[in-house]
Amino acid sequence: MSDLLLSVDKLSVGYPGPGGSVVHVLSDVSLTLERGASLGIVGESGCGKSTLALALLGFLRPGGRLLDGAVRLDGTDLFALGPAELQAVRGRRVALVPQSASQALTPSLRVGQQIAESLELHQGLAGNDAEAAAVDLLAQVRLPKPAEIARRYPHQLSGGQQQRVAIAMALAGGPELLVLDEPTTGLDVTTQSHILDLLDEIRERTRAALIYVSHDLGVIAQVSERLAVMYAGEVVEHGPTTELFARPRHPYTRGLLASAPRLSHAALPVALPGRPPAPDARPAGCAFAPRCAFADERCTAEAPALVAVDSPTLPHDARCHHWLRVAEASFALPVSLGVRVRREAPALVDVQGLEVRYGQLGLESLWRRASGAPAPPPAVQGVHLTIRRGETLALVGESGSGKSTIARAIAGLQPVTAGELRLGEHDLRRPSGRRPVELRRTVQLIFQNPDASLNPRQTVGQILERPLQIFFGLPRLERRRRVAELLDQMRLGAHYAERFPGQLSGGEKQRVAIARAFAAEPELVLCDEVVSALDVSVQAAVLELLARLKAERGVTYLFISHDLAVVRAIADRVAVLFGGRLCEVGTAPQVYGPPYHPYTKSLLAAVPDLTPNSRPATRAAETPAAGAGAKGCPFAGRCPRQIGSICAEQPPPWRDAGDGHGIACHIPLEELRDAASVALPVAASA
Amino acid sequence: MTTTTAAPSAAVTAAPSALRSFWRAYRHAPANLVGLALLVGHLALALVAPLIVPHSPTALNADQLLQPPSVAHPFGTDRFGRDVFSRVLLGGRVALAITLVSAALSVLIGGLFGAAMAYLGGVVDELAMRFVDALLAIPGLLLLLVIVTALGSGYTVIVLAMVLSYTPGVIRVARAAALEYVPRDFVTAARARGEHAFDVTIRELWPNVLDVLLVEFAMRASWMLLAVSGLSFLGFGVNPPTPDWGLMISENRALLALAPWSTVAPMIAIASLVVALNLVADGVAKAAGLDRSRGGPV
Repeated sequence: MSDLLLSVDKLSVGYPGPGGSVVHVLSDVSLTLERGASLGIVGESGCGKSTLALALLGFLRPGGRLLDGAVRLDGTDLFALGPAELQAVRGRRVALVPQSASQALTPSLRVGQQIAESLELHQGLAGNDAEAAAVDLLAQVRLPKPAEIARRYPHQLSGGQQQRVAIAMALAGGPELLVLDEPTTGLDVTTQSHILDLLDEIRERTRAALIYVSHDLGVIAQVSERLAVMYAGEVVEHGPTTELFARPRHPYTRGLLASAPRLSHAALPVALPGRPPAPDARPAGCAFAPRCAFADERCTAEAPALVAVDSPTLPHDARCHHWLRVAEASFALPVSLGVRVRREAPALVDVQGLEVRYGQLGLESLWRRASGAPAPPPAVQGVHLTIRRGETLALVGESGSGKSTIARAIAGLQPVTAGELRLGEHDLRRPSGRRPVELRRTVQLIFQNPDASLNPRQTVGQILERPLQIFFGLPRLERRRRVAELLDQMRLGAHYAERFPGQLSGGEKQRVAIARAFAAEPELVLCDEVVSALDVSVQAAVLELLARLKAERGVTYLFISHDLAVVRAIADRVAVLFGGRLCEVGTAPQVYGPPYHPYTKSLLAAVPDLTPNSRPATRAAETPAAGAGAKGCPFAGRCPRQIGSICAEQPPPWRDAGDGHGIACHIPLEELRDAASVALPVAASA
Repeated sequence: MTTTTAAPSAAVTAAPSALRSFWRAYRHAPANLVGLALLVGHLALALVAPLIVPHSPTALNADQLLQPPSVAHPFGTDRFGRDVFSRVLLGGRVALAITLVSAALSVLIGGLFGAAMAYLGGVVDELAMRFVDALLAIPGLLLLLVIVTALGSGYTVIVLAMVLSYTPGVIRVARAAALEYVPRDFVTAARARGEHAFDVTIRELWPNVLDVLLVEFAMRASWMLLAVSGLSFLGFGVNPPTPDWGLMISENRALLALAPWSTVAPMIAIASLVVALNLVADGVAKAAGLDRSRGGPV
């Protein structure tokens, strides 16, 4: 095949382990990629995805050793090249777009200069030519006003813009292969959608082959023609993306698919139990056997080989002894739970005209007021909400929409500048320090990042005992007993009390954080992006735990998320926020169905669903919205359905669509209903 | 095959105690061990010196002025005929005691105050830190001399002066270290629980900045030892005839050419202790992963 660009041949990579042993992080990985093709690499954290991505550039992390195999680019073995020859390949023929653009860019150099630098290195351009070419590259990645962006520093750009700059930089050498390590992780759905569009376009235009490394099946489904599923350093299933999604033949692929929440299903995803083995603790036989429902004696005794499944003509392989049994077993999606709203339930929290402004304290604000400079716009403005007892209310919006600010205000962590905020007879405008113990106990918080929410120098036991001590004044022995109980309820086991957070996995840490919140026996739990930092499989398990705790304890959740698929799985009612103001409120079926607020609609359209190639091309340039503090509608400017200057000049009226469903928009409901038919990711032509 | 949710992985074994892993990182570099050995040696000698000195450190002996080193007087005698060896053995006790007490107080007060300011933030922090900046603007030795001349040179006054001139630096460092943790959610969680600022500082922040403070302690101690010796040298510290290294150097420096041992011996004592403290501070910093420029713990 003359078209073959990359071939990875039986690649094995190891790191030195204890006592001179070698720990395999990649074993026997074989892949091929044609020019202009796209390949997705998917798997949980710790399955060797990133190691593989770096190996494609002929790079191993310090200490890494090539044990066997080769990575051939156009027939040249990258690991046989000397440093100087490798230098010529990297960036020029193979380029990497790293996971976190904000960390990959040099903070002290203007972005134009950084790109010019790689142009000088790879293209031999000099001075002004390089800078002009850099501006050209920025235009190619669809950044508005590229000349102006080139003069900015990375911190002056948004996350999406930084990612575009990182892509522009990777394109500087005119690579034949672009390796993207989690290219959109951490970006808002709409931004993500734009970046994915851009990558499609780049592939069409430059004929570069693309390799996407991601844990997000939705993203992978949209962008890659072929898919390799990695588990414990091995490729366990490999084939065309549509095939793998329609007919997964490895139990792990199935588990991943079932654990991903879907926009089209209002049901909890099914958790994949356990987690991948540490590289130095791989079980004998099939590495997945301990987590597999199909496993038998053969699996623990004999490691399966990668074999062709279904038809020998289809390039679809799986590494499983029992793929035939897997194929026969029904692959049903989780059952829908139906509508769970208790419409008549009494209000627990009442929010009336809430306004929150930042920067009201400190010398800077004194100085600002004294000098008469304008105050920053409010982070939250005119929000009316009711959280009913026993429901799960989701707050949805992109970063900066004010959703976390509302939760912080309810928790008493953020002073409220105007409006009413009540929980029963308690005034929630009081800061946490001046609230009665009872109220502090009633409202509990769970955070996004479990690494940051647990004190690394306290044991799990100490962390969980504190609320028991403060809220219930339990004596020591009693606290210990309760901690053991709590850990048991979180499916962790009492022995976890002795451990430090550093010894736990992400999912386990999040369980401890949940246990800490539930130790207080709260009525309202504020969940701030609690699953967005977790792997899909772990995410499903945490959602399951939250749902179970709610059923057992009858708590109320305020569930904050930017992930509409997750919200679909767990929420009873949904409130959509943009620029600190409410756009739409209603039950989940109401919000996820017509009539839509234009913003809700664009959010829904941007979610990559698990149907390969179903993403409608948005292609529109990202235009900035009016944003927080705008005179008119905050979404004006970015809204695809703007009806004129009224949008920018007058705040939109609150239109009641009936049954508690409300939309803030200048467009009448009938029209919003009419135009609704095009929405939702029903598989469209690619 | 049964699987339980979040089954404990075999990779996570019993917790290696923080202290043990710290020691494993610390002992890695020979310089760290040399520093520690020197420091322990100094401390041990200071403790047992009164029991092992061969001669009285203050006994004058007119027959034996400025003797060169001999078996009876390993470091010779000074111009009053006192045994230099005995005086060197005893000469670190006062300086070391003042140093350790002042360094401990500095780190305790500065550490708590700095961490608390980091947590409180806002106007309180701004004002307090501007005051700290003002204190930092005064050269340390000058501040020391002013206080000692104003209040006399009792040991309590010296400790007070030391704490006053070195704590502002510790406050800065502790505040900067704690600032990294203040925005983390475990601190937010504590605030949402309604914890008092003091509890947050002690329970949530302090354990996280302890490694930084340990390094601070060793660093400040080495500076303080030099400062105490400097004060004695200038005549503001330990009063004669109490044996003290700084004082000995000052007393004998005029006779440097005639009887070098009586000056050089206390010099070596001071230098070796300061070097020891610096090596230990360096080692602790690396073992605690604070020295990121060199790649942290190996």
